[in-house]
Parts: sequence; C-alpha cells; structure tokens
Amino acid sequence: MADIQELRRIASQVRRDIVRQTHFASSGHPGGSLGCADFFTALYFHIMEHDPSFNMDGKGEDVFVLSNGHISPVFYSVLAHSGYFPTEELATFRKIGSRLQGHPATHEGLPGVRVATGSLGQGLSVALGIALSKKMEGDDRMVYCLCGDGELQEGQIWEAAMFAPHNKVDNLILTVDWNGVQIDGPNEEVLSLGDLPKKWEAFGWDVMHMNGNDMEDVVNTLEDAKGHTGRGKPVVILMKTGMGYPVDFMMGTHKWHGVAPNAEQLETALAQLEETLGDYPYPAK
Amino acid sequence: MLDKLVATDKKATRDGFGAGLLEVGKKNPDVVALCADLVGSLKMQGFINEFPDRFIQVGIAEANMMGLAAGLATGGKIPYTGTFANFSTGRVYDQIRQSIAYSHKNVKICASHAGLTLGEDGATHQILEDMGMMQMLPGMTVINPCDYNQTKAATIAIADHEGPVYLRFGRPGWPVFIPEDMPFEIGKALKLKEGSDVSVFATGHLVWNAVEAARQLEKEEGISVELINIHTIKPLDEAAILESVRKTGCAVTAEEHQRLGGLGSSVAEVLAENHPTPLEIVAVQDSFGESGKPDQLLPKYGLGVEDVKAAIKRAIKRK
Repeated sequence: MADIQELRRIASQVRRDIVRQTHFASSGHPGGSLGCADFFTALYFHIMEHDPSFNMDGKGEDVFVLSNGHISPVFYSVLAHSGYFPTEELATFRKIGSRLQGHPATHEGLPGVRVATGSLGQGLSVALGIALSKKMEGDDRMVYCLCGDGELQEGQIWEAAMFAPHNKVDNLILTVDWNGVQIDGPNEEVLSLGDLPKKWEAFGWDVMHMNGNDMEDVVNTLEDAKGHTGRGKPVVILMKTGMGYPVDFMMGTHKWHGVAPNAEQLETALAQLEETLGDYPYPAK
Repeated sequence: MLDKLVATDKKATRDGFGAGLLEVGKKNPDVVALCADLVGSLKMQGFINEFPDRFIQVGIAEANMMGLAAGLATGGKIPYTGTFANFSTGRVYDQIRQSIAYSHKNVKICASHAGLTLGEDGATHQILEDMGMMQMLPGMTVINPCDYNQTKAATIAIADHEGPVYLRFGRPGWPVFIPEDMPFEIGKALKLKEGSDVSVFATGHLVWNAVEAARQLEKEEGISVELINIHTIKPLDEAAILESVRKTGCAVTAEEHQRLGGLGSSVAEVLAENHPTPLEIVAVQDSFGESGKPDQLLPKYGLGVEDVKAAIKRAIKRK
C-alpha cells in the first residue's frame, strides 16, 4: 500500500504514459485519461486488493470495471505498472496485433480486463452482475466501477441505477468522472445532467463527493466509501476532475477529449509531468 | 419411420423451457436465471420456487439484464436470461454484442414468443429477424428447437456449452413429437425421416408443418421426402446438409423467420459454395406480421403446410 507521496509519483508516470501512448498511436483519448489518473492510481496502488496474476472471475479479490472504455490509456498504464503485463507493451497501444485495443477488450486476452467496454452505458450493469455473483458466493470483496459524466446520458445507466438500490447491492462503489465536458462540448450545452447529486439520491444511492485531482482527498474518500458499503445501499462518488489535468494546454476544454498530441505538444506535456518510474521504450523493443 | 412422427400431445415450447430450466437448475448449482417482468410468459416460476436465491427479477429493463448476465458470467455463474425474443435481441443488440459476444461471456439468452405464432399481439412483438441478428455475431450459438421435448432438452444441454447461446422458442401450444428421451446435441442435425426425392431442412415450429407436408405428399403423390430437423442454426451441420442433397438432388428449407438471415439463406450459402442444388425457401418474404391466430397467420405469410408442399413440388421440378 503506497503512501500519498508515492501515489503522486506513480500518477505522474501514469500521466506520461497517457500522453506518450496517445501520441505514438496518433489517436486515443488523453483528456479524460489524464483527469482520472489520480483515481486509477489510488484504486490500484492503495485501495483495491487485487491479483495481477489475473483470474477472470475475480473471486476473493476486489474487481474494477471501466465503463467509459475510451479512457483506456490510463487503465492500461495502471494495469502495466501493477504487474498485469509488461510496461513495454504500452508501446503497442492501438497498433495492429496488439492486446491493447483502442477500447478495452477481453478478446485478445489482456490480463486485467474483464469485459469489453467503449459503447457507453454498459459497464455499470456488468459491475452489478459481478457484485451479485460475489454476494451469491459469500465473497465479501468489493466491485468498483467508473463511468463518465456524459455517459450518464445513456438510458441503461438509469436502468442499472434503479436496479441496484432495489436489490440492495451494497458491495459496489461507483465513481462518476464529473469533469463537465464530453466530446461535443460541455454537458450543460450538449445535454444537461441536471442536479446530479439529487438524481442519484432520488434513485436511492449513498452519494459522496470528492476532488479527483487531489490525491489525499481521493484516497480518503475512497477509504471512507468502503465504510459506507454493507449498509443496504449502493455507493456513488461524484468525482470532480479537470479534463486534461494538469497539462496546461489540455485543461478546461473538450477539444482534448479524443485528440492525440503531436510531437511538439507531447514535449510540452512531458515537460510538465515528472518521469518517476521510467518511460517505457518506444518503439517497442 | 414417418409413422413414429405422431403428435402425442400439444404443449408450448416455452413450457419446455420452463421445465428444462428447473431441471438444469437442479443439475448445475452455477445456473442462475434473470427475467425482465415476464416470469409467467417464460414459465420460470418452477425455477423460482425451487431456487429463489438464484433468480433475479430485473424489471422492464432488458439492457440492464444483459449487462447483469455478463457480470454474473464473469463471476463464474451460468446466467439464463428470459424475455420475449424481440426484447432479447433487437432491443439489446449492442449490449449482447459488446458485453456478451465480444467479451465471450457464458450467457444463455432464452427468447420466447418468437415469430408470427405469437399471434394476437401483432407485429410489434412478432420478431422475424432475431436469428439473423444473432447468428451474425461471432461466437454466438443459435438454437431454434421444434417442440416441447426438444426445447426442454436444449435448455438443459446449453449449460454444458461454454459460450454465449441464443435459444429461441415460442408461445402457442404445438404438437409434441420428438421422443422425451432424445438427447440434444448442439450443432448436430436430426434426421427425422429417410427419403430419396427431396431434402427438407426445417427448424422451430415449421418442423411440424414439414412433417405434415411430407406425410401428405407421400400418401397423395408417392413423393419420398428426406426430413431433417436443423435445430441448431449456428453452427450449421453442413455435413448433414450436403450428404442429404447429394442423395436427393434438391432441397427445401422451412422456418418461422425472415428469409434474409435465416435458415434458408444459411443453407443457400452452403449449397452454393459446395454443391449447387435447386433450393426452395419457405420463410417470410421481407414483411412484418400482423395480429391474428397462429393457424391463420402461418398460411397468410406463406408458412403453412400447403406452402411447404408447394415448395417441395417446385424443388423436385427444378432437378
């Protein structure tokens, strides 16, 4: 279990991996990935008990489902640094023949991925299904799930949101990446999410808040959320993040949702992100 | 052999599913069931009574049901989802595609009220495209049993098959003619009758219409029909199809489904690639259905016994 300082160091390397993966692939989604780097780092290096030797069924361990699959670069980076596969493989992101597909998939057998996601709105239902299987098995480990805020516009999310409290699925912690922007612009312009906390409360969830770009708050809130499980209610954390955080030219705009940095932009971004664990080699050795 | 093809009873294939689900639930503790507010229609109450903790009522939320099933399968369970065929396929195609098929999840999608024989509810519910949609998905097994006994046996058999399965059955009471103890083998065509003049490949409710057509033509015109039940649409038993047409020289397919993407077009592909043979397809011709009784709807949409007989005669004439 890493301390806050160590988690910050890991997150910095994860962010370097994100901009490097998307640059070398000339595609991908750096904005949301950068914003969620602190959350992923805390989850995989502090919060979850998980086994990088990877068993699909996840019995006896905490399980994570990434519903907004387009932020795969951050997911792949934490999986690699956790030991699920070599960090060198990050160099194959989005390349032909790679296990690191544009959106996470099980098809190529990448350890750490339990379901394909990318077509939005589906991951929460899958996470709930895993949570139910844990309850049936008497397995007291948790299921974590991350959704985007724009993703909440999908109807299936609200089917799942209605299901979980009715069935007292209280071994699940959902986090919503509430960065306020989606591919076409701010949520408020595209399709307003309304009063998000009240919506989740009205559906019967235990609603928590956190600053997703403050590592201390992320760790404390996730720890606190664990204490909210087992009380007959599912838990949702509304996580405020900045898309592109903390790369100055990527922040505060939806333009970096799904665009890769060019060589010059890559250098500018990397200059703002400390290399802590060592960059993976590119091209792949 | 045709003498043995007699209806011992009239029971709905969905009742066969309910009975099979209960039995497979007793046999395999990993089997769990989900339903989207159609427990009565899907005949799932027997399973629920026996295994209340292994049943999940999801409400009218089919997309969520498919995701839950994918998650339960991830956790090592063998989930059976139950709703109408329309809501088991078209409504949730992307959920099945991404969360189940592409992700290789061991989910059994059990779909009742398929086709025109759903009857009075009309075309909104009479899906005729489901087998086409499902068989296009890589890795998906598609099964369309023909009577109560075969549906029951198939429901039990699919638990032992690792991977996603689409199991399609229907609403009305229908002749029961497959022996109760006949084992169900996924992907293996079932020869119901030897014959020499024409091969008839039939699936689902239309197998009985093919039985009747063969019986009548043999009696009335001395035509020798080889009748083969293709209960598994995918993977298709190509060897059985080719072996039969090499002997008879012409073929007819019969199904309660749209012509495009169904059994007929699958058989046409096999024949065209391996052994070009005159083929007549009995299926719905690019049309939606309507309200009515099953015995009115099938002839109106070209799926009656007389339609199968006419197709057999056309096929033989083209030899």
